[in-house]
Amino acid sequence: MVLPDAEAAELIRVEGLHFSRGGRPVLTDVSLSIIEGDFLAILGPNGSGKTTLLKIILGLLKPDQGWVRLFGRPPEDFVERELVGYIPQKATHFDPLFPASVREVVAMALRSGRRRISRPDEDTAVRIALETVDMIEFWNRRIGRLSGGQQQRVFIARAIARNPRILFLDEPTTGVDAENQDRFYDLLGRLNTSGRLTIVLVTHDTGIVNKHVNKVACLNQRLFFHGTHDQFCSSGALKEMIAGGHHLVLHRH
Amino acid sequence: MDAFFEYAFLQRAVGAGVCIAVACAVLGVFLLLRKDAMIGHGLSHIAFAGIALGLLIRQWPMAVSLAVAVVAALGIMKLKESAGFHGDTAIAVCSSLGMAVGVILASISGRFDASLLSYLFGDILAIEPAEVVLSALMALAVLVITAVFYHRFMFMTFDREAAQAAGVPVRRLDALMSVATAITVVLGMKIVGILLVAAFLVIPAAAGLQTAVRFKSAVGIAAVVASASVVVGLAAAYLLDWPASGTIVVVSFLIFGILFLFRRRA
Repeated sequence: MVLPDAEAAELIRVEGLHFSRGGRPVLTDVSLSIIEGDFLAILGPNGSGKTTLLKIILGLLKPDQGWVRLFGRPPEDFVERELVGYIPQKATHFDPLFPASVREVVAMALRSGRRRISRPDEDTAVRIALETVDMIEFWNRRIGRLSGGQQQRVFIARAIARNPRILFLDEPTTGVDAENQDRFYDLLGRLNTSGRLTIVLVTHDTGIVNKHVNKVACLNQRLFFHGTHDQFCSSGALKEMIAGGHHLVLHRH
Repeated sequence: MDAFFEYAFLQRAVGAGVCIAVACAVLGVFLLLRKDAMIGHGLSHIAFAGIALGLLIRQWPMAVSLAVAVVAALGIMKLKESAGFHGDTAIAVCSSLGMAVGVILASISGRFDASLLSYLFGDILAIEPAEVVLSALMALAVLVITAVFYHRFMFMTFDREAAQAAGVPVRRLDALMSVATAITVVLGMKIVGILLVAAFLVIPAAAGLQTAVRFKSAVGIAAVVASASVVVGLAAAYLLDWPASGTIVVVSFLIFGILFLFRRRA
């Protein structure tokens, strides 16, 4: 269940963000607030600045103007990184011959935290995370031998093994077939509702909006819509994006 | 086999060679996966310029070489980041310059002699007891660094952005790995030569990576392949009266070739 905004904590705040690359504006005056319990889809065509926005929120890029607060702090001062999970767009573009088992992939994040973790605690955390994403039977399989959908579930396990409060995903279903996409989104929906995990998903696939999301933001250099799922459906935001000739994946439901 | 127990110089060669080989192999696994296979080759050429500079100014060539190699390693890292070069391009540019400057400086200093050439090809059979201790300390340092930062190195090698978002200080660890590689290359060069150091950084790691399913196994296999190459290579060199460094490299390639036949399938 999503908490009412008035009672829920604000996890992320973005104000007046400007970012340009090579003199070309990528983001212009973007302001956004993400509340605990949100399942927010940031929709936009390719090249609309979605990935850049995520990277600025996470502190991987610095904005030209404006500011970000991650759990109330600027990203550069935010050290409780275990509260944040991130699955980048290129997560599945790793070297397919990389010699890492599924277990090692999940453990690498657990062991990279600020606190030391004992081997039994690590085993338990890895097992619970892999069970949550229904991948426990593959724990000893080399990551490169899994399908795209299975790899994405392992990366979610890697992120949730550290018990984050918010999970960022950048185009997570690229290269995942339609049936596994549904399964993947169902998993995210479950984590959001039962696991009380705030989810921010960046995509150009509008199909996700009808199914699982409770908030929507539309971005194309500027943020031209940010509201609830119902507000999005009754607004002209989707039509506006389509009318703009932007490349979006549309689904009929 | 008796010769190994009889001659102290052979024991020293095996001891130092195995230490350097293991240090190089462990670092090599990370470097290969980071698409930095040529960094050892490049840094060894730059270290050669450092040796020549040290000979010219008549100040400890090894210390000068170490300083030059560390600065170059950090410079290559910076060049890759800011100039947007691919890894190999930055390395190729710096290594070519290093060799060219090395040749010029060696010529000016009038020290283009056997002592300089020993850095190129190494002289593993002439290792001093102190150099064995130095090699062991270096190997220990590399193994400790790798053990302490093992999961962070693996995370940032596998998925750099996710690691950075998770709080792994990727740039500082890049620098640490660059400095560790530079130190390994310079100390290794003195003992086994440019040829062998560059080979040790690549061939055993490549053997481990094509065979192992798990990361830990890849590191272990690389270390075993490197150690076996030193022992078998030195024995073969002694029996056949071949140059030690060249024979060790050929043996490591042969082990690599055998493992290639039994490699895991993608």
